[in-house]
Amino acid sequence: MNLPLSLTVNGERRELVLDDPRVTLLDLLRERLELTGTKKGCDRGQCGACTVLVDGKRVNSCLALAASQDGAEIVTIEGIAQGGRLHPVQAAFIEHDGLQCGFCTPGQIMSAIGLMMEAQTGSDPERIREAMSGNLCRCGAYAGITEAVLEAQKMLGTSKTERAA
Amino acid sequence: MNRFDYVRPADTAEAVAAASEPGAAYLAAGTNLLDLMKGNIVRPTRLVDVSRLPGLDRIEWQADGSLRIGALVRNADLAHDAAFAKSCPAIAEALLSGASAQLRNAATVGGNLLQRTRCSYFYDTASRCNKRAPGTGCDAREGDNRLHAVLGWSEGCIATHPSDFCVPLAAFDAIVEIEGRNGRREMALDALYPPSGAAPERDNVLKPGELITAVRLPASASAFAGHSRYLKVRERTSYAFALVSAAAGLAIENGTIREARLALGGVAPKPWRARAAEQALAGAHADETAFRRAAAAALDGAKPSGDNAFKIELAQRIVVRALTLAAQGTPDRVPALPASPFSSVAGVRHVA
Repeated sequence: MNLPLSLTVNGERRELVLDDPRVTLLDLLRERLELTGTKKGCDRGQCGACTVLVDGKRVNSCLALAASQDGAEIVTIEGIAQGGRLHPVQAAFIEHDGLQCGFCTPGQIMSAIGLMMEAQTGSDPERIREAMSGNLCRCGAYAGITEAVLEAQKMLGTSKTERAA
Repeated sequence: MNRFDYVRPADTAEAVAAASEPGAAYLAAGTNLLDLMKGNIVRPTRLVDVSRLPGLDRIEWQADGSLRIGALVRNADLAHDAAFAKSCPAIAEALLSGASAQLRNAATVGGNLLQRTRCSYFYDTASRCNKRAPGTGCDAREGDNRLHAVLGWSEGCIATHPSDFCVPLAAFDAIVEIEGRNGRREMALDALYPPSGAAPERDNVLKPGELITAVRLPASASAFAGHSRYLKVRERTSYAFALVSAAAGLAIENGTIREARLALGGVAPKPWRARAAEQALAGAHADETAFRRAAAAALDGAKPSGDNAFKIELAQRIVVRALTLAAQGTPDRVPALPASPFSSVAGVRHVA
């Protein structure tokens, strides 16, 4: 069964045909659009490595059927730097050692961007940790991650919604 | 994952027709369904994608003061709706204590109600499980079963219903609106889940093709807004299912409880309404003696299904704690760690 699928991925319109409805958004990004920045960790919604923004909201792309996303706007880790300049969240992760091996980092960064757009945590580190609990880091870089989110929020300030998107 | 046909109906009537065929399943966000399909635990031959059905994503206040929540409202959108959180704070707290931010952004109201009652043996296709493969037996009975049910379980199945959202919904008399081949019907949320026993493979009483279109909260739910909490003990503070949880609501006048609502999670195959405890609280002075009496009533008849006798005592303590916090008054804002008992609230003893 062939399913037509129209997506905007990192600002670019993509017209696709799915030959199998089982394809997840994660596999579509990695295997068919060659956007391998989004990682496959557990593939079951438990680790957050596959986090992307769908219509401005962070979700687990491993638990989303691609066919179901027809018409959606997707932003992945490849789509957040601007003209070779890192997104402030990326820069803050480097500045604060928010990673060691780096495998979970694209998911952490997309989740942090989603968190800032949700605007529920303020600058309370406890609320930030709670709101980032869907992203596991087996290297244990959590302290740096929390600091990076705090700093990125401060840097982005009021312009966070347009920059984060 | 097995192969399946994917259909995206244009409206509810088309959806019901498409899902009435044997082997069909509804797909909303898919956060539970796709996980189960990836593990070959469920194998639908047709997915009916209802995620775009028009008109089911609204939160509407009715003229009679009740609240109608469309089945496709996302968990996060509901929890963060200011009017809803003010009117139903324990439900908002329960929502925010469940899953992760990513999952709450995707998961729907209807999907939450219809997530599978499950345990690790249901997930393990090498194990015997009456829920996954009817009639094969239950390996959880003699297995690793400290997380399993202590109320309402049967020899056939001892799994618990994992929803947080459904616990306060049960407490506050939520009604489920259902569309089917023979038109519309509605029932109390409590009646959606059958007693465990006869058919562990059936988690709910919906007929083939029936679709939940909305959940309604009666106006009476908001009478408890000033004194309600959801508390949840987990093995880690965030992103974990409940060991035990409790939703408590009190209507207090001059220190006396006029009316109470109480339901438990993590202890039974369904969200467990504790009506005997509510009756024990009505008319009582809002103090520890009354709360302990209510907790004992709530767990009356509980028995371990395995290595989980601890849950019976733990549940009573969490009931006392939830009622104590409810009596103190609903916090202005959901705490940084939603539903966590490990927060420093004045006057709460860590050993109840």
